[in-house]
Amino acid sequence: MRIKILATAAAVAAAFAAPAQAQVEIQWWHSMGGALGTAVNEVADKFNASQKEYKVNTIYKGSYPESMTAAIAAFRAKNPPHIVQVFEVGTATMMAAKGAIVPVATVMRNAKEPFEPKAYLPTVTGYYSDLKGNMLSFPFNSSTVMFYINHDAFKKAGLEPKAPKTWKEVIAAAEKLKAAGQQCVYTTSWPSWMHIENFSAWHNVPIGTKQNGMGGFDTVFTINSPLHVRHLAMLGDMAKKGLFTYAGRTNQGDAKFSSGECAMFSGSAGAQAGIKRAAKFEWSINFIPYHDDVKGAPQNSIIGGASLWVMGGKKPAEYKGVAKFFAYLSQPDVQMDWHTKTGYVPITQASYELTRKSGFYDKNPGADMPVKQLTNKTPTANSKGLRFGNFVQGREVIEEEMESVFAGKKDAKTAMNDAVKRGNDILRRFEAANK
Amino acid sequence: MEKRVVFRSAWLPYVLLAPQLAITVVFFFWPASQAVWYSFQLQDAFGLSSQFVGFENFRALFRDPHYLQSFKTTAVFSIAVSASGIVISLLLATMADRVVRGALAYKTVLIWPYAVAAAVAGVLWAFIFAPSIGIVTYLLKGFGIDWNWIIKGDQAMLLIIIASVWKQISYNFLFFLAGLQSIPKSLLEAAAIDGAGPARRFWTIVIPLLSPVTFFLLVVNIVYAFFETFGVVDATTQGGPAQATQILVYKVYHDGVKSADIGGSSAQSVILMIIVIALTAIQFRFIERKVQY
Repeated sequence: MRIKILATAAAVAAAFAAPAQAQVEIQWWHSMGGALGTAVNEVADKFNASQKEYKVNTIYKGSYPESMTAAIAAFRAKNPPHIVQVFEVGTATMMAAKGAIVPVATVMRNAKEPFEPKAYLPTVTGYYSDLKGNMLSFPFNSSTVMFYINHDAFKKAGLEPKAPKTWKEVIAAAEKLKAAGQQCVYTTSWPSWMHIENFSAWHNVPIGTKQNGMGGFDTVFTINSPLHVRHLAMLGDMAKKGLFTYAGRTNQGDAKFSSGECAMFSGSAGAQAGIKRAAKFEWSINFIPYHDDVKGAPQNSIIGGASLWVMGGKKPAEYKGVAKFFAYLSQPDVQMDWHTKTGYVPITQASYELTRKSGFYDKNPGADMPVKQLTNKTPTANSKGLRFGNFVQGREVIEEEMESVFAGKKDAKTAMNDAVKRGNDILRRFEAANK
Repeated sequence: MEKRVVFRSAWLPYVLLAPQLAITVVFFFWPASQAVWYSFQLQDAFGLSSQFVGFENFRALFRDPHYLQSFKTTAVFSIAVSASGIVISLLLATMADRVVRGALAYKTVLIWPYAVAAAVAGVLWAFIFAPSIGIVTYLLKGFGIDWNWIIKGDQAMLLIIIASVWKQISYNFLFFLAGLQSIPKSLLEAAAIDGAGPARRFWTIVIPLLSPVTFFLLVVNIVYAFFETFGVVDATTQGGPAQATQILVYKVYHDGVKSADIGGSSAQSVILMIIVIALTAIQFRFIERKVQY
């Protein structure tokens, strides 16, 4: 009884102690679990401490597809969050939802907050802007795909611990590693992102018509080109010879590399943090390999990761808060903090410069490789990014077809033709639904 | 003369029925009718625009060879899950029925898996059979078997069957055990005196007397395999590799929730609903006749 009274008294006291003027609360749904979640909370806490008017509440909503689904359901139930973090493949779906979202450019303009799309890396701006150059979502965590090698395994196989630059060199190294008894030679995370999407950009070939779908919903996939087929056939062949071990559709490859099971690995730049913590061997992060007989290769890689979308139907004061928060997030030192803590790419030129000057890259060799790869050349129509309707489904179709090649069930040509056919069906449905 | 209890009031029976009816309407008829309604529409993810498209969603499904393949996958999966689930649990129940000492302990352990959530069961088995770190994978390697369900479709299928069966065995076991215990001992003893061996007693007395239970379990298990195994699939293979474990109910979830294709997903659930209604009707019409109550 006594405890109860005390507790009530404490609660009443706490209620009175709260500031008289209510803060405007902003809900931010995100998908950053584990260490990344802590980093997200830190960002929000620092913003909340920096001013008194607004309070950003971070809510972890599960994986990327889960939080996107949750936001869509919340919108249908007329109670969406203010900000939702959506992964890159959801971009077209969000973009098409006029009325459900407010373009970031508009949010910033209405609140008269400074916002300069040109401050961002061109690959980042291109990915999240419409053709007129209006930024639709706020770039937050961007990564790209990188190539990692295990130096100890290389040395054991009598190889110089230097990353192969071309796929020819990869195969040569793979054969030596295999001969030296390496169980798993090469593996990959995110097979479609690495071997179709980034592969295409890196070799300056289109993934789909209409500038990879950026020019309109009436786009079709072009991933059954001879180069794509040839690359996939090569991977299938490597799988058959035991030079390539398939790990799964998401980031399952990360653990296979950091545990030392696989000697070479392609995965997100964001995998660095995990590898740094787990790997008990010397390793390095490198540019992804290319086919040296393709003209213009290597071009530049494209981003992955997620951006922040502002949902519609909220109060003007709340949008002001969102704009304030985004302005805060754009600051170079905030960006640098996020970049160095998480391993995601510094997405503004200024934050990259700042990080470089701070000496972070000297202490962490290779940490600037992702930016260098993203800005390797000025992006072309093929390497700016991609925007395909319902690409969540589209990417899975591609991955299913890739799996059938890796399992030796289909040849590369049939598989890629099927992927294009099935993928186009999805694009047509999306086009019809979003007229 | 037949004795009947008659309600004097005209409305009381309806009031008494109302809660049950309300639950059925709210949790079954209403969502089911919504699914039917959505299945004729093409909607964008946010529900901002929707058009009536008639049977277009259904036509799109049947044009897709992978959807048709999904029927085959589901058939293989459901038959395997129901059949092996029933056979194994009957075997276990028969053995548990004979145990004299420590019967309670055996029974408790056998019923245990029923309390495990489907997703947990999936993760559990996925761990045991994990391609690089699984303990069974390690043992299989000793026998020269390369176990990797991440890329081998048949093994992925086997994995979800094992996980699903394991989860359902307890339920079946309980019913079989109750069924076995209700078989009059006198019948078995009389048969034994007449010289029937254990196998013969089992086939001519136990099996026929268990047939109502078996029939009930058959219906329940097929419904289970069709609908409730979704958690197992989601936690392990997610329909892969290359759609080898894409059962119908998982595709409904995947297309509807993950891909936000409400129309296509609704069309699939309508088809699924029709299949299950048909299967249940067939079971009651034809198999039930062979059941001796």
